[in-house]
Amino acid sequence: MMRLHRGARLLLAGSLLLALAACGDDDAGGSGSASPSGPEPAAEGLSGSITVFAAASLTDAFEEVATAFEEANPEASVELNFGASSALREQILAGAPADVFASANPSNMDQVVEAGEVEGEEQVFVRNELEIAVPAGNPGDVDGLDDFADPDLLIGLCAEQVPCGEFGREALANAGVTPAQDTDEPDVRSLLTKVEAGDLDAGIVYTTDVLAAGDAVEGVEIPEEDNVIAEYPIASLSRAASPEVAEAFVAFVLSGEGQEILESFGFLPA
Amino acid sequence: MSAGRRRRGARPPWGLVPLAALALAFLVIPFLALLQRAPWSSLGDRLSNPLVTDALRLSLISAFAATGISLVIGIPLAWVLARTEMPGRSLARAIVVLPMVLPPVVGGAALLFAFGRRGLLGGPVYDGTGFLLPFSLWGVIAANTFVALPFLVVTVEAGLRSADRRYEDAAATLGAGRWMVFRRVTLPMVAPSVAAGAVLCWARALGEFGATVTFAGNLQGRTQTMPLAVFLALESDRDAAIALSLVLIAVSLGVLVPLRDRWLAA
Repeated sequence: MMRLHRGARLLLAGSLLLALAACGDDDAGGSGSASPSGPEPAAEGLSGSITVFAAASLTDAFEEVATAFEEANPEASVELNFGASSALREQILAGAPADVFASANPSNMDQVVEAGEVEGEEQVFVRNELEIAVPAGNPGDVDGLDDFADPDLLIGLCAEQVPCGEFGREALANAGVTPAQDTDEPDVRSLLTKVEAGDLDAGIVYTTDVLAAGDAVEGVEIPEEDNVIAEYPIASLSRAASPEVAEAFVAFVLSGEGQEILESFGFLPA
Repeated sequence: MSAGRRRRGARPPWGLVPLAALALAFLVIPFLALLQRAPWSSLGDRLSNPLVTDALRLSLISAFAATGISLVIGIPLAWVLARTEMPGRSLARAIVVLPMVLPPVVGGAALLFAFGRRGLLGGPVYDGTGFLLPFSLWGVIAANTFVALPFLVVTVEAGLRSADRRYEDAAATLGAGRWMVFRRVTLPMVAPSVAAGAVLCWARALGEFGATVTFAGNLQGRTQTMPLAVFLALESDRDAAIALSLVLIAVSLGVLVPLRDRWLAA
């Protein structure tokens, strides 16, 4: 018993020391990089490295955004970490070293905000529409959401727990269609893979996914009145190691140049 | 096979104890952490949900089916790999462990390219008969077998290689046919390896996620096994995911502990 207590105390003391050391580092980093020349942060001479946690659907677009940002700020570097928004949220809440979070839906961002992890306010930086993805040649002859009720077709949706599944069901409800789906895929990429391979006749994905899939997939538009538009929020995080670079990155994403890159991947401007 | 020299309660060399304790702690602490996070008060409600009972039923059916199929086709393959001099044997042996090395999602995609609606084999079968493996329980069993079979084959093959072949030779000399030798001498001799392999195979199948979701999809009551339900619950409700994981752990302990005591313990 005694030994256990001593062990526990040692462990506690150790972790406290570690936490203190980490705080010390942060302070040192903060004062070291703050420019002594004036109150406003200079756009030039921005230096430091940031880690951006971004939704998987942003993979191709954010790689190009990060490259452009690094070209504009040669002293700054951007590490990208892509994953499901919900997985990234869990990692941030568990203390992962992230400077910026870009989520594919507001609810994951809201939870990060509620936990006090966001510096300033989150901003919608891009929007994404839904579209029906069918294999090249449209073998199931799908021409709208009505076909999702056809039990003879192989239909896929995203699971309702992930954003594309939530929005897809909303669009089906708008159209008054009860889907007869054969699978609830865990994320939009795996849904798209099955459509690409021809194992599904149709699935509801984002416009950007149809564009990214190239020739293997065709898109069937969902009429405006049924469609759901996903809003992507971005924010710099309160535990950012390089807050200036993090804020500059967010500003770059919202700038004309950043928006232009995102639009070239099929996103709608915020 | 030196049962005579086996002793109970042997004293380990002193250096082993701390390392063994470290290994055990490394395995046990995450489970304790999981227990500590478990939503005990709402556990009953969560587990009576049809989502849980459906997933548990599908998991058990598919894991046992995959183990059965693996025993039927895996033991013969292990024998061929261990005992014959067929050409390309080392290549075959490398291919057998491939599903262990591949990320399961890639394995699932490969299954889709082979047995999917436009797959190498699946295409002609679908065009001819309308039969489709993906999006069905058969697809789940196929994916489970694909990733779990190697565990059985590798374990049994190792058992066959270390078994003393003189017993088989003696049986043959006494007039037993090849099938009789295999059934009455070889199989009993490697029974511990078969049991260990089957347990590994079953456990791997029970926890299978990547190949299953990629090949068979995910639909409650049809293809959604426990690991798939856990993964999706984690997207929205961590407590539900932990509750589901506890069920998976309890079920596997309930099956594995008695088996280990019976077959694997010295």
